[in-house]
Amino acid sequence: MAKTHVTTTINGEPTEFLCEPQQTLLDVLRDELQLTGTKEGCGSGDCGACSVMVDGRLVCSCLVLGPEVEGRSIDTIEGMAHGEQLHPLQRHFLEDAALQCGVCTPGFLVAAKALLDRNPDPTETEVRFWLAGNLCRCTGYDKIIRAVMNAAAEMRGA
Amino acid sequence: MTGLEYQAPASVDDAVGLLARFQGDARVLAGGTDLLVQLRSGRLKPGLVVDVKHIPEMREIKDAGDHFWVGGAVSCAELGEHEVIGAAWPGVVEASELIGSTQIQGRATPTGNLCNASPAADSVPAMIAAGARCVIAGPDGRRELPVEQVQKGPGKNALAKGELVVGFKIPKPAAHSGDAYLRLIPRTEMDIAVVGVGVALTVDAGGTVTAARVALGAVAPTALLVGDAAKAIIGSKLDDAALEKLDAAARAACKPIDDKRGTVAYRTKIAGVLARRAAKIAYDRARGR
Amino acid sequence: MSEGNGQAKNGGGLHWVGTRSIRPDGVDKVTGRANFGADFFMPGMLTGRVLRSPHPHARIRSIDASKALALPGVKAVVTCDDMPDIPAEEAFVGEGPMNFRDLSRNCLARGKALYDGHAVAAVAATTAAIAEQALGLIEVDYEVLPHVIDVEAAMRPDAPVLHDDVFTQGVDPAPTRPSNVAKRVQTGHGDLDAGFAAADVVVERHFTTKPVHQGYIEPHACVASVSEDGQTTIWGSSQGHFMIRAYVAKLLAMDISEIRVIPAEIGGGFGGKTLVYLEPVAVLLSRKSGRPVKMVMSREEVFRATGPTSGTAIRVKIGAKKDGTITAAEAECKYQAGGFPGSQVHAAAMTGFACYSLANVRIIGWDVCVNRPRCAAYRAPGAPMAAFAIESTVDEVAEKIGIDPIDLRLKNAAKSNSQSSYGPQFREIGYIETLKAAKEHPHYKAPLGPNQGRGIASGFWFNIGGESSAAINVNEDGTAVVATGSPDIGGSRASMALMAAEVLGIDQARIRPIVADTASIGYTFLTGGSRVTFATGMAVVESAKQVVQQLRERAAKIWDIDVDAVEWKDGEARPAGSNAGRFEPLSLKDLAAMAGKTGGPIIGRSALNAQGAGPGFGTHICDVEIDRETGKVTIVRYTAVQDVGKAIHPSYVEGQIQGGVAQGIGWALNEEYIYGDDGRLQNPGFLDYRMPVASDLPMIDAVMVEVPNPAHPYGARGVGEVPIVPPMAAVANAIYRAGGVRMPDLPMSPPRLLAALDGD
Repeated sequence: MAKTHVTTTINGEPTEFLCEPQQTLLDVLRDELQLTGTKEGCGSGDCGACSVMVDGRLVCSCLVLGPEVEGRSIDTIEGMAHGEQLHPLQRHFLEDAALQCGVCTPGFLVAAKALLDRNPDPTETEVRFWLAGNLCRCTGYDKIIRAVMNAAAEMRGA
Repeated sequence: MTGLEYQAPASVDDAVGLLARFQGDARVLAGGTDLLVQLRSGRLKPGLVVDVKHIPEMREIKDAGDHFWVGGAVSCAELGEHEVIGAAWPGVVEASELIGSTQIQGRATPTGNLCNASPAADSVPAMIAAGARCVIAGPDGRRELPVEQVQKGPGKNALAKGELVVGFKIPKPAAHSGDAYLRLIPRTEMDIAVVGVGVALTVDAGGTVTAARVALGAVAPTALLVGDAAKAIIGSKLDDAALEKLDAAARAACKPIDDKRGTVAYRTKIAGVLARRAAKIAYDRARGR
Repeated sequence: MSEGNGQAKNGGGLHWVGTRSIRPDGVDKVTGRANFGADFFMPGMLTGRVLRSPHPHARIRSIDASKALALPGVKAVVTCDDMPDIPAEEAFVGEGPMNFRDLSRNCLARGKALYDGHAVAAVAATTAAIAEQALGLIEVDYEVLPHVIDVEAAMRPDAPVLHDDVFTQGVDPAPTRPSNVAKRVQTGHGDLDAGFAAADVVVERHFTTKPVHQGYIEPHACVASVSEDGQTTIWGSSQGHFMIRAYVAKLLAMDISEIRVIPAEIGGGFGGKTLVYLEPVAVLLSRKSGRPVKMVMSREEVFRATGPTSGTAIRVKIGAKKDGTITAAEAECKYQAGGFPGSQVHAAAMTGFACYSLANVRIIGWDVCVNRPRCAAYRAPGAPMAAFAIESTVDEVAEKIGIDPIDLRLKNAAKSNSQSSYGPQFREIGYIETLKAAKEHPHYKAPLGPNQGRGIASGFWFNIGGESSAAINVNEDGTAVVATGSPDIGGSRASMALMAAEVLGIDQARIRPIVADTASIGYTFLTGGSRVTFATGMAVVESAKQVVQQLRERAAKIWDIDVDAVEWKDGEARPAGSNAGRFEPLSLKDLAAMAGKTGGPIIGRSALNAQGAGPGFGTHICDVEIDRETGKVTIVRYTAVQDVGKAIHPSYVEGQIQGGVAQGIGWALNEEYIYGDDGRLQNPGFLDYRMPVASDLPMIDAVMVEVPNPAHPYGARGVGEVPIVPPMAAVANAIYRAGGVRMPDLPMSPPRLLAALDGD
């Protein structure tokens, strides 16, 4: 079967890949580009572990076809830290013990960053509803919510 | 695995041409949040997907004079960010924003929500209550259908081979109008509606309801426009007696099923409860409270 | 980043234990670098996929894979014919009873498919798409048989029987006909009749619970590679790589020395990754194809074919005097085992009344086969369902007597040195301390709003010890590596570093804890039973003590004094008192640098079978608000008090408590396996298997009570399992106080609660 050639930008890097039309962006990231920080928890958009940004919009990469990202810009967890400098969200997830097994963590971080990029001062309720599409089975969400609130406060300079 | 072809045309005519010419199952890809799940599970095995997100007309939200235009590839998140429509039809926007998670919102479209033809689709009762119409393009040109006539049964819609929904025309609300959509789900997010109710109404200066539309979701094979429910509140000031009549009319219209998401008895009861609650919100909005 | 963290002074003369250090594996997990089960790739790797039965119960007449094998890109197909037909053999390799023959047949069905989703065959192909297509080309001739899903239906004499060689154990006389009832168990003591006769109030109720899934976000995944000489390497995530090795060896009749299992990071398990499903199949496919094979389950496969925990039917009867003294308590627990025997009903019988010191008590348990996936351990396996039933009944007894539910529990509480309801005498336990802390907590006295109610419930879990190995290698620069054989499922590496740092007297950030593979560390029992911080922690402490002993010996050699004259304090060797001589202290760093000249590398290693795991108790306070028109329940406030012995890393202890509570709330309100009349699972996905999402929950206040466990050097008890035991009853009791209805059936979903409120 003929593969489709796709030109895109991933974490600021111009990237090309070949994919079969039915391969999802998640399949491409993980299996073709070995960007395995983006996780697959369900493949149906119900867990958020595969969250990425496409042209600045938070999506589940399992619900995007590979060919759809032609010409688009994608941000994944691998692009979140700048060199050795962790994003404040990443740092607060560590300091506030907001992860246990850690498999949902990349998705939560990408989603939380998308929230703080548009709303630097969210309420607890806003954080909880924004992150309702990211399932975590370990933490009961308590420390995740606190980490996001604490990172937001730090980023606001509060 | 048979091959899947992906096309991303730049015009409605090209999209219609691709859909009409293809021998076999061809599907429109807007947000893809239903389609990709169906592809993965093997429930659908289309030979062609037509991505409509490169068609400018379908990406547009605009004030078109006597109505608002919401293109068929506009995502729920984009609709939710549109302040003018949000002010005019808060219920429509809230309903669209209830579909799935933030991530789903970024992709899913009200058009896809309608065309997927789930009786539980959240945006559909709100669109019906608002009196929205669909513009449908096909090999024989364009036609319009009221939203309530698009769904024909679970997974079945009124589109013929080669047709696609280009977008919605949502009327400008009359003065002193309000709308609301409420749904019942077991959790607070991420569920399919067990029952959904959309209400749009207009009041006069004295607070009497002069016009109303009430639509129910997930209680029948398709979303329902319930005339008797509207009649129950037209002419009232939404007093308890009118709300009781509304509750009863909503329940009477239900033809639900028992399934993993709810029972006949539960769905019927909840349809009445949510109709009352949604009507009160719409009424308060119409009165500017 | 970890520099300077956790420097806070700590009580009890401890410097590191009890601090909130940054977890050593953390950076990799927030950057996406950490490798989980599905993140491993090998050159030439094939993709494996499993064909699963669509029928809940069917005889497999034949399997024809010829068309699949003819498909280009298909490299191997395996069925049970590729596995040895091993004899029945009971074992306790994982977390619970297991029969190797059954496990083999669970990995690939032999003769019969016993549930919707039962693995029947597997394919390895060059791409996932080809493997999927090949599954559709395998022709299985099924003779569909009548099935049974419900536990009580399965116990009836006319029920379809799953196994013709299962005869109920534990009944006298032994039955002569096979049935679905695999076992009867009983615990207790005293005279029930006399106890009930002495009661002023007797409450007897029936309860049911649905199977729930562990719900880890990472699906099962592994890569297997078999070389031409049979040497086998498996990469994958599990709760025990030694368990994987043991099971693969047994199921495939291999020598253990032929198998090396390399642990990946594990994306949640909660007991559900204490069995093998894919690994033996991947090994067979790799052996047959000559190439590495990667297998990853879909979410649907996880739901249909792994876990869940048992659904149950439970009867409880409790009698008490007007002063609150419980005079008799009895329960009968019927537990679904799934397609093969082996539910956790015995644990239910042991834990059910363990919170109470009772003169007359009995629990009878039944282990029952049904056409569902073979149940797996799930967090305090077997205990939460019995606790739901019993703690709901206790609440009703308190109400009938007119006594505060905490006071009733205080009156009957199990104490240190009291006889447990299941037999042995407790040593130091902290149940009463949790009750008192709950009663004194501001939450317990806070006012409630309209339609709100407050519920109380307690819970117990044994916690276990077991075999653990650890090694500490002191590096040339004075840093150290701590290696253990325990997969880190929730932050245990952080705790290992803290305990090693405490003994060695160096900054925890200079210690790198790792999970070593099966070839690199001694045998270690799996991560389960809340045992790792306790038992593997003991091995780490013992290893660190050996390192300290060697460091003292090296210093003694350098100073040319007796080793007894050298003491180790604050990370330095010092002369012990003025008689020992005057020498400048030698730090661990100094001694490490000189190790080559003083006798070679410094390492400590320990392998032990930890005894004395401290039992854990918790008492929870839950406030709910109910919507009387829709039956929807909102958790308004939640406080979980638990005796943790000693919190080695308080943040991760709190996290265990909060996570357990969240799972319990899901179990209480919405989670359930839904089967159709056709015996097929209707909700094999996160959309309709409704685990709590972030907006469903409030903050969860975790209150740690510390009654030290004398068997552990720092007093640690297991903490991970207790917190899932009380929530279902806490929620149910709160709903009763809010709405006036008792909810005996889980889940307490909106339709169920509304029906109860409306008296339907």
